[in-house]
Amino acid sequence: MSPDRGRGISPLILVLAGVALALLVLPLFALLIRAPWGDMGRLLTSPAVGQALLLSVVTATIATGLCLVFGIPLAILLARAERWPVLPRRLLRIAVTIPLVLPPVIGGIALLMLLGRRGVIGSLLAELGLGITYTTGAVVLAQTFVSLPFLVFAVEGALRTADRRVELAASTLGASRGQVFRLITLRLVAPGVAAGAVLCFTRALGEFGATITFAGSLPGVTRTLPIASYLALQSEPGQAIALAIILLVVSVVVLLGLRDRWMPGVGR
Amino acid sequence: MTLRRGRAALAAAALLILLVGCAAQTDADARGTGTRSATPVAELSGTLTVFAAASLTETFDALAEEFERQHPSVEVVVNYGGSGALAQQIVSGAPADVFAAASEATMQTVVDDGLAADPVAFATNTLELVVPAGNPGAVTGLPDLAQPELAIALCDPVVPCGAAAEKLLAAVGVAAAPDTLEEDVKAVVTKVRLGEADAGLVYVTDVRAAGDDVEGIAIPEAAAAVNVYPASPIAGSSNPEAAVAWIAMLTGPEGRRVLTEAGFGEP
Repeated sequence: MSPDRGRGISPLILVLAGVALALLVLPLFALLIRAPWGDMGRLLTSPAVGQALLLSVVTATIATGLCLVFGIPLAILLARAERWPVLPRRLLRIAVTIPLVLPPVIGGIALLMLLGRRGVIGSLLAELGLGITYTTGAVVLAQTFVSLPFLVFAVEGALRTADRRVELAASTLGASRGQVFRLITLRLVAPGVAAGAVLCFTRALGEFGATITFAGSLPGVTRTLPIASYLALQSEPGQAIALAIILLVVSVVVLLGLRDRWMPGVGR
Repeated sequence: MTLRRGRAALAAAALLILLVGCAAQTDADARGTGTRSATPVAELSGTLTVFAAASLTETFDALAEEFERQHPSVEVVVNYGGSGALAQQIVSGAPADVFAAASEATMQTVVDDGLAADPVAFATNTLELVVPAGNPGAVTGLPDLAQPELAIALCDPVVPCGAAAEKLLAAVGVAAAPDTLEEDVKAVVTKVRLGEADAGLVYVTDVRAAGDDVEGIAIPEAAAAVNVYPASPIAGSSNPEAAVAWIAMLTGPEGRRVLTEAGFGEP
């Protein structure tokens, strides 16, 4: 298909790609090799692990749902912003990008400044008895904050490459705006939405810095799997590795569940 | 084709040489400078890497400055963190010359691994209640930690400050209702300093170090949980002389003065 197929790949590319792949994969293999397999049954069935896993999966699922509800409209806005003047268009894009480049701990501090008990909005909420910090809701919010850009960019990319003429055709045939959105636009960008949702979910599952900073760490309430894993490292490294392997398995299973063409970066 | 493959091999080799070269370079830096300067006392040089418990941040920063003043060709690098995490890093081969832990149990994990021997106790620390300036939660003593309506931050029991807190609370008979169990003592201070927690249990020294943002409330029963801080050179250190000198300073009069100023007790 592509012009340089058949000509082969230069050995230099192969060597460098091999180094890159080794960097990505070898640490994970080491994790598997060093895992306390004999002890795995006991480690994985401990109540602390089950609690952390359940909390992580539930919060990451809700966060992904929130990302879909609010992220798809934001992606549409971003895609349509092409026609805007340069400055607001750039600002919008930067706003969506910031959580990607911000260290998550700083994201957590920023969330505290807004929604903490002394935060700009948080202090008002606290007066009403609606404090968010230290709740499972805070975990979801922190996860949504860090994973939203993944969904927005995945969907925006799909929207940009979608054939707009289909939407035009539908509206000239009398479809309402809602119908065009539901029946045409959403279906055109479905692969992007799916890829974005998977990235969102796996990112939310692995969230650590913003969560521990904004939500704290209490077993069963805010202590997600990555936080439990980090703490276990201080007392029982074997358990930390076991927890890491659960995260790894869940992520790989979710990624495998996606059809290849829906994988991020793979053409439609 | 062969030309291409050759070029790739060359690139890989160049990369390798670059990496090895860098390592060798720092080694040479570490050893070389000392032999050149001629002073009556055996002159120390190179880099001294100290792994230290988070609660030692302020004192070790001050001592590092003093050490570098006394030994101008030594650069002191201190890695602060939760004692357990640091011990884990050392056992995994992190290049530490000295380890100073916030509890003897944590140091023991490194001793058990054969990387430290005969650690010296150089300080003790006790717990104190910490509240935000103005004490918005009207906290007066340990029993307030059981109030569910207050936001309470404690250290997780896997880190020394949490183990001490657990011991103290058990001794006093208070069933605390924490809202969060943090990964190290500084994280608890941060929560209180930001006003996100009404009270926390931290070391006396952390309250002092945090300045005017927080207030400390002394605990009469604090002696029920005293943390002893041990320090030891690490086996395989690239700068063992400097490691020994660091510990001598820590246990000598200068170390004592800085530690006492910070609120640490004598072992």
